[in-house]
Amino acid sequence: MSKPATASASAVATLPAESSTSFLHGARRLLLTGGGLLFSVAVTFFGLLVITFVIGRLMPIDPVLSAVGDRASVATYNQVKAEMGLNLPVWHQFLIYAWKVLHGNFGASILTARPVLEDLIRVFPATAEMATVAIIIGIVLGIPLGVWAAVYRNSLLDYIMRVLGLIGYSVPIFWLGIMGLLVFYLELEWVGGPGRLDVYLDGNVPTVTGFILIDSVIAGNWEVFSNAFSHIILPATLLGYYSLAYISRMTRSLMLEQLNQEYLITARVKGVSERRVVWRHAFGNIQVALITVCALAFANILEGSVLTETVFAWPGIGRYITTALLAADMNAVLGGTIVVGLVYVGLNLLSDILYRIVDPRAR
Amino acid sequence: MSGNEAAMTLRPGLKAWLMTDTPISGWQAGWGRAYRGWRAFARNPIGLVGLAIVLLLLFCAAFAPLIATADPTVQDLSLRLQPSSADHWLGTDRMGRDTFSALVYGSRVTLYIVVLVLVISAPIGLLVGSTAGYVGGWTDKVLMRITDIFFSFPRLVLALAFVASLGPGLNNAIIAIALTAWPAYARVAHAETLAVRKSDFIAAVRTQGAGNWRIILRHVMPLSLPSVIVRATLDMAGVILTAAGLGFLGLGAQPPTPEWGAMISVGRENILDQWWVAAVPGVAIFVVSLGFNLLGDGLRDVLDPKTT
Repeated sequence: MSKPATASASAVATLPAESSTSFLHGARRLLLTGGGLLFSVAVTFFGLLVITFVIGRLMPIDPVLSAVGDRASVATYNQVKAEMGLNLPVWHQFLIYAWKVLHGNFGASILTARPVLEDLIRVFPATAEMATVAIIIGIVLGIPLGVWAAVYRNSLLDYIMRVLGLIGYSVPIFWLGIMGLLVFYLELEWVGGPGRLDVYLDGNVPTVTGFILIDSVIAGNWEVFSNAFSHIILPATLLGYYSLAYISRMTRSLMLEQLNQEYLITARVKGVSERRVVWRHAFGNIQVALITVCALAFANILEGSVLTETVFAWPGIGRYITTALLAADMNAVLGGTIVVGLVYVGLNLLSDILYRIVDPRAR
Repeated sequence: MSGNEAAMTLRPGLKAWLMTDTPISGWQAGWGRAYRGWRAFARNPIGLVGLAIVLLLLFCAAFAPLIATADPTVQDLSLRLQPSSADHWLGTDRMGRDTFSALVYGSRVTLYIVVLVLVISAPIGLLVGSTAGYVGGWTDKVLMRITDIFFSFPRLVLALAFVASLGPGLNNAIIAIALTAWPAYARVAHAETLAVRKSDFIAAVRTQGAGNWRIILRHVMPLSLPSVIVRATLDMAGVILTAAGLGFLGLGAQPPTPEWGAMISVGRENILDQWWVAAVPGVAIFVVSLGFNLLGDGLRDVLDPKTT
């Protein structure tokens, strides 16, 4: 083992890693500027509350009028308005709203007539399962392909990856989903159709994690497992493709920055094998930045799942939001927005914590 | 001025006038710089393809009534779901409306969205970013924190929530997208401003007695423009995709306005037997966003070479 080589590598690596993260301004800078992680999370959450509160008040429909109907007397109108707390000053209304949200009270959904929080807890696992499968596809394929594209720069592989990336950035995901269903479900019959399971298998395995793929393994029910897999594979692959496009592009440019560094020449001169130079020395230095990339990719998947779930009739949080939207079910829409926003905040926090664990300079 | 007119008649002279190392006026220097930029851009075939696609979009939008073969809102149920033919180049939808014509008129809607989102969000972003970067201190902290908060939330979900509250419709969709698009420009302008705020020429302007607003508007913001333009061009693809998504969900342009996303949603119902009704508008969305992406990549190489 060439100890001096690694030592010099880490010494020289300080600068390039610094500059490579600078353009990943997304999630992490939010948390690093200002004081402390918790403070940042609190401020962001406060911002989320303000934005959703404002959105809730933007409605051109008078909520009191829609509750009492237009034949109510002025007295009734005023009484209901007072009951709804709408005669209070705006800041007071906001405090009440924030207090409720902090206690998990998003109000009741008009559509399902149940508390929004209950609905969200019910639909969340479906989205989480699809997003997890998608991000696995994105990371497992995207990182190696990105590294290879950088190592064999301007090769056929690099070219193909760039084209695939450009397509990924330009094609509407809901359209790709419809075309995917047409080709792989309706024509070729390779995959299951919309939904998480065929109807006749619904409720065959007890819910443990909410992830049907895992629950069916726990129950030992392989029929459900393979059916669930055939349903999830197409939407998850589509979402995974988008994150693959993003992850491989970022990996490529991060790697290119490393491959130009002099410490790699040093390593080569010392007789380190090319494979080790690429995967241990160069790749080792981009891992920290890749954590942020993957967290952002996961966040993008959540966003993409809104439209994907609509196309695939996937009973997750995205479809919950869009269905509620069309029914003007504002409590449900805002509740869903807050939960998705919270997951974003959580991802930022997670990537920052991981970053501090992995990066020796940040410890 | 007169130098330019003389050069127009003598083409070799024009080139020399543009490429001269010793421009007489700032005006000539500006044109020369633009010309050199164009030459650098024209060397990149991919960027040119992008430019061609965007120009094609502009052309279709400008001359839609001349290009379209039919009125895209006219329904003819006897001719519903036709495949491609001499009369209907790209077939008809389930209301018997001509797909090709709807596509051509749809380019107007797409352009309308793109331009309005840009006109609303870019100035807000520029102003917020430049002000924060130039003034610094608490103003910087607060403004950029607000930017970060907007930036760290899912754009589509936020736009959906806005539209849910404002009500469906093309203009509300545009407002919603613009409200989620400005933070990116603020970030770019902020970074550019930080790079120049300590420059000597800013100090020189200040000693001449220029106020803060004059410095920000006249001397700092113009320097951020190239980066913002690059960012905006690359962003246009995202705007088109978001708008199409809103249209697909029925929250954007309302019928009978021919909007590409909504057209996919209509075509989806006959996907099994008449797949082209949904396929064709998707291809249009893809081509146009691809065009903006390619153009943006090409512009970035010219205007902002350090990031490639």
